[in-house]
Amino acid sequence: MIRLTWRQFRTEAIIGIGAVMVVAVVLAITGPHLISVYRTAPDQLTSTYPTLQTGLGVLLVVVPALTGVFFGAPLIARELETGTYRLAWTQSVTRLRWAVVKLAFVGLASSLLAEVFSLVAAWWANPIDITNATRFDPANFGMLGIVPFGYALFAFALGATTGLLFRKTLPAMATLVGYVGVRYLVTFLVRPHFEAPLHETSALKMANSPTSGVGFNFSRGSSGLSLTAQNPNIPNGWGLSAQIVDKSGHEPTSAFLSRACPQFTGPVQGVGRLAGGSHAQAGTNGNMQTCIESVATKFHLLLTYQPANRYWPFQIYETALFVVLGLALAGLTLWWVRRRFA
Amino acid sequence: MTVAIETADLTKRYGRRAALAECTLSIPTGRIVGLVGPNGAGKTTLLHLAVGLLEPSAGSIEVLGHRPAEGPEQLARVGFVAQNTPIYTGMSVADHLRFGSWTNPNWDEALASGRIELLGLDPKQKTGSLSGGQRAQLALTLAIAKRPELLILDEPVASLDPLARREFLQALMAVVVDHGVSVVLSSHLVADLERVCDYLVVLVASRVAVAGDIDELLATHHRLSARRRDGLRLPSDWGVIEQSDTDRQSTMIVRHEEPILDPAWTVEQLDLEDLVLAYMSRARGDQNAPTPVGVRS
Repeated sequence: MIRLTWRQFRTEAIIGIGAVMVVAVVLAITGPHLISVYRTAPDQLTSTYPTLQTGLGVLLVVVPALTGVFFGAPLIARELETGTYRLAWTQSVTRLRWAVVKLAFVGLASSLLAEVFSLVAAWWANPIDITNATRFDPANFGMLGIVPFGYALFAFALGATTGLLFRKTLPAMATLVGYVGVRYLVTFLVRPHFEAPLHETSALKMANSPTSGVGFNFSRGSSGLSLTAQNPNIPNGWGLSAQIVDKSGHEPTSAFLSRACPQFTGPVQGVGRLAGGSHAQAGTNGNMQTCIESVATKFHLLLTYQPANRYWPFQIYETALFVVLGLALAGLTLWWVRRRFA
Repeated sequence: MTVAIETADLTKRYGRRAALAECTLSIPTGRIVGLVGPNGAGKTTLLHLAVGLLEPSAGSIEVLGHRPAEGPEQLARVGFVAQNTPIYTGMSVADHLRFGSWTNPNWDEALASGRIELLGLDPKQKTGSLSGGQRAQLALTLAIAKRPELLILDEPVASLDPLARREFLQALMAVVVDHGVSVVLSSHLVADLERVCDYLVVLVASRVAVAGDIDELLATHHRLSARRRDGLRLPSDWGVIEQSDTDRQSTMIVRHEEPILDPAWTVEQLDLEDLVLAYMSRARGDQNAPTPVGVRS
């Protein structure tokens, strides 16, 4: 059965491995230069091979999904579509075994290929990763580490299951939509709660908060005035929120803000929103400086974040979650092939 | 083991529509069984149930004494050539033989490669470029090289030209002679089956219209005709399959076990096609037809 499975997916496998190898060669050629830039002029890293950086980022997001599209979706759907299931399922191999071997062999091989691609890319992007220190950021978390394996396995199983459902390869390929949806939900609703986030309070200051880069927004809308802090940027950690609160946990009221920051509430017509507090603007924006100082007499900054040392535990949790989801879908597929197919 | 396919009230429904309804059959082994019926009568459904590609909605089916596709042994005992002879068009002829050897423990490589050579097929040729006849022959080769006890073929000659049709049926007969397998093959044309089959099952509108040994069926069905007159009555134990009256003459096809000696009737021998057509037109024209005769329980 494994030989048969290999024979049937040989072409796709060779194309997949070939594509990874082409990218690997490009990265192997350009990688050493990136390392030397990192050693000599790290501030120029972002402007080195910008096209390659962007392209690689897109590929890292797309590759696990492609596993579902090119290996998962056709796995069973193509047999149903062309009618060859009537040939395959009437040989001396039960269709349960047929499906188990196909799912396990193609699923594992294609997911490992996606992971290998991610590891090659991780080697190349390592200088950038170290410099930016943003690998826990939602935009980057899914690209590197071990999660691409889990994503690919899930995408593969989703493609196989919907292929069985639709009995056609093309609609099954549209499972990409479902994959993106699950990724999104997990990133923003599940991942923050793998472990209870840490909290940290600090005095309200411009520019030099304990975790660098907290900025402020002062705005007035229909519900009155409000002062908010931007998400903190924690090196290699994940800043979830920064709130301005008093001892009992309340945010400043509109009335308090109008007293504390009269410079923003005077007869300035047509100005709805004043921003400030980024590093560059901190010194020049005196209004924001004095406003923050007077708010700081009663309020402090409450940071909510996942620390950098949780990066690998979170990688493991998320990989495990997607592997379990993938296995559940594979189980559904097997049950369907065996029992419900009629 | 004397029963190839045994069904009891076998029913397959898709939603409310029954593709096969209350089918009760007992087909002996060692026969070449023709399964005849118009398109959509349920032939493919019955055959797919027999090879385990479908599960019954109700009733039961046993093939060679076992539930279809219940395990690898059962799968090995039944060879199947599906309608339109599906094959992997991206793979070569040799790949298909390898596919067969990988998936069948009793694979007869000598038989398979011998047949491919006999057919003059190039093992390296991609099967997508085979003619319909070659494709059917390849599918037949796969099905017989697994050395089954029962060979099931779904409309194997429907898409073939007359010459390929004859060659295919000759090849099939040779297999039966050489290996003694039982065969069930379906067709919507009786003419295809007349020369090769010795047992007949007629399916019409998802029900079994008649089933039995062909010689027996021919011996017990008669076409009667007489001048039309009042008081013309048939004995109650004669099953009337079809009746057509003109102003002057009554013609009917009846089933009766004994020879008909009544001098009031002119008796004619039926051929197989007439017999099948009689059952088909009865099932189509008369929804309240009496219980089909010849259906064994």
